[in-house]
Amino acid sequence: MNIVVCVKQVPDTATERKLRSDDKTLDRDAADGVINELCEYAVEEALLLKEAHGGEVTVLTMGPSKATDTIRKALAMGADKAVHLVDDALHGSDALSTSYAMAQTLKTIGFDVVILGSESTDARTGLLAAMLAERLGVPQLTQANKVDIDGTAIAIQRLTDYGHDKVEASLPAVVSVVEKINEPRYPSFKGIMAAKKKPVQTLGIAEAGIDASQVGLAGAWSEVVDFAAAPPRAAGTIVTDQGDGGTGAAEFLASKKFI
Amino acid sequence: MFTLTDDQRAIAEAAREFADEHLAPHAVTWDQTKHFPVDVLRKAAELGMGGIYIREDVGGSELSRFEAALIFEALATGCPSIAAYISIHNMTAWMIDVFGDEAQRSRWLPRMCTMEDLGSYCLTEPEAGSDAAALRTRADRDGDDYVLNGVKQFISGAGASQIYIVMARTGEPGPRGISAFVVEGGTDGMSFGPNEVKMGWNAQPTRQVILENVCVPAANLLGGEGDGFRIAMRGLNGGRLNIGACSLGGAQFALDRTVTYLGEREAFGAKLLKSQALQFKLADMVTELEAARTLLWRAAMALDAGAADTVELCAMAKRFATDAGFEVANSALQLHGGYGYLAEYGIEKVVRDLRVHQILEGTNEIMRLIISRGLTGAA
Ligand SMILES: Cc1cc2nc3c(=O)[nH]c(=O)nc-3n(C[C@H](O)[C@H](O)[C@H](O)COP(=O)(O)OP(=O)(O)OC[C@H]3O[C@@H](n4cnc5c(N)ncnc54)[C@H](O)[C@@H]3O)c2cc1C
Repeated sequence: MNIVVCVKQVPDTATERKLRSDDKTLDRDAADGVINELCEYAVEEALLLKEAHGGEVTVLTMGPSKATDTIRKALAMGADKAVHLVDDALHGSDALSTSYAMAQTLKTIGFDVVILGSESTDARTGLLAAMLAERLGVPQLTQANKVDIDGTAIAIQRLTDYGHDKVEASLPAVVSVVEKINEPRYPSFKGIMAAKKKPVQTLGIAEAGIDASQVGLAGAWSEVVDFAAAPPRAAGTIVTDQGDGGTGAAEFLASKKFI
Repeated sequence: MFTLTDDQRAIAEAAREFADEHLAPHAVTWDQTKHFPVDVLRKAAELGMGGIYIREDVGGSELSRFEAALIFEALATGCPSIAAYISIHNMTAWMIDVFGDEAQRSRWLPRMCTMEDLGSYCLTEPEAGSDAAALRTRADRDGDDYVLNGVKQFISGAGASQIYIVMARTGEPGPRGISAFVVEGGTDGMSFGPNEVKMGWNAQPTRQVILENVCVPAANLLGGEGDGFRIAMRGLNGGRLNIGACSLGGAQFALDRTVTYLGEREAFGAKLLKSQALQFKLADMVTELEAARTLLWRAAMALDAGAADTVELCAMAKRFATDAGFEVANSALQLHGGYGYLAEYGIEKVVRDLRVHQILEGTNEIMRLIISRGLTGAA
């Protein structure tokens, strides 16, 4: 089975993240790039599927050249090879144009199943899986907390407020996963050493069959008009208990209309 | 000199992430409840920590001693006691890897690399610590077997381990009469003393190993008769580096905590971190640690390269790093004020754990003995 897992590099959520003042895009140089957390679950699921059904796991990353660190991490976890879509023309792409660029690349490299995290910690649109499936003309099985493949049949389970949905389709398909699905493995020391010997194919937009006018800032359908820093958090209210702490807390909650 | 490759950075980072997730959050509880988390050790082995510098054909990671130093420092930021046990386990596995024959390697090492089987190093005796060559445990040849009798003192992992490398006397008094045997857990005649009540290192057991007519096949002899002391000392060179690295990691954790704490704690109308007296103290602490790290890395590279002065360098690094680590951790406790003395803050535990690093794997006095011997040429 040809498993492609989409992996994104995002700015470390533990550091301060900023937008650039010139073109209002994410300042990717300001923070350390790390693998998007949900992508680790996607990689783990891809590896589990390979272990159960055989085949090969290919990492697909669209991102600047420094995203090689993130690709290396996915390879260290056990993926077999990687495709890195990297081109200055892609800078500033929105969700829609990203899905176009990724779909074109997926058509170029081929797949039986595409696995991705259900959202990234930077933009948090959570749209890519659905958009990719639509563009590729294959079924989408989103927010999976369990994936089963049997021949060409694929079924996922999705947790809901009322229990769970079971969604069935046939391959090829696009699957997005949530963190309940598994526990991502650590890269082993051997895996880390082996990663640098694994093939990473670099594709520019021309090689991936991407039309330059449909990507980047110019090709984006959405535009960031303005942005402002979040206001600093105000100090909290402390109710000192002098025998009437309960009343004080209740009055505070009532004043905020919580009760 | 001393810039890390991408791989080395990634290896240290993986060990650090493991420590952050699986060791640090539980370290205080394990210390208080004297819990030896064997399940977590097996998880560490999935990363390759069961055989860090063991050859790949038996499941090891085949990394260098330099890389091992990076790993032990990272692990010890989560829990020095667990990191140090993993070091002892690796030391015993290494002795089998280097001095064992193919049959011995393939028999014991695969399960040691996964940490399904844990290892213990049994040299010290009640009457022979620093002067280990005076050990009295006997191994007497009996047909195809050896029969072992004696008591081993302070054995880390004892009771939980499956593989015990026991140094025992097969010949003349002194170092040349000693041989190294692999004794498997559960062998008739082997029993254990109670888990010692101790100042630190509570997350791993320390017990006597008592050998009463323990019958071990000759196939369990590592190397030849009389090689035991040399094997035991060779193991300790690397062990000393690892222990030094464990002190570094524990102290680095305490220092990092202190910087955060002083940045939050207010006294006399300002954050304590604004006090230049305390800033200078922090500057000294980080400098001591960096000096220790530099010496440790230098010694690790000497060991990897098989340099002639390896033994002295490992002794210097162990002495310096374990002393510096303890002093820095103790200062970190002081800078936390009364809170440093509370278990909850995690600092006093590190101080207690690091204290024993100045005593075991050769006391720091014995390190000075080794270093001065190298200097004066005395035997
Ligand atoms: C928690 C813990 C775990 C341990 N784990 C293990 C283990 O797994 N396996 C194992 O084999 N051992 C282990 N040990 C034993 C440890 O290695 C010994 O305690 C250590 O080597 C010192 O021996 P000793 O306690 O007999 O002290 P002694 O040798 O009696 O020394 C007493 C003091 O005299 C000093 N001294 C001795 N000789 C000299 C000299 N010639 N010149 C100057 N000063 C000297 C020493 O430095 C020390 O300060 C462990 C010990 C502890 C506390």
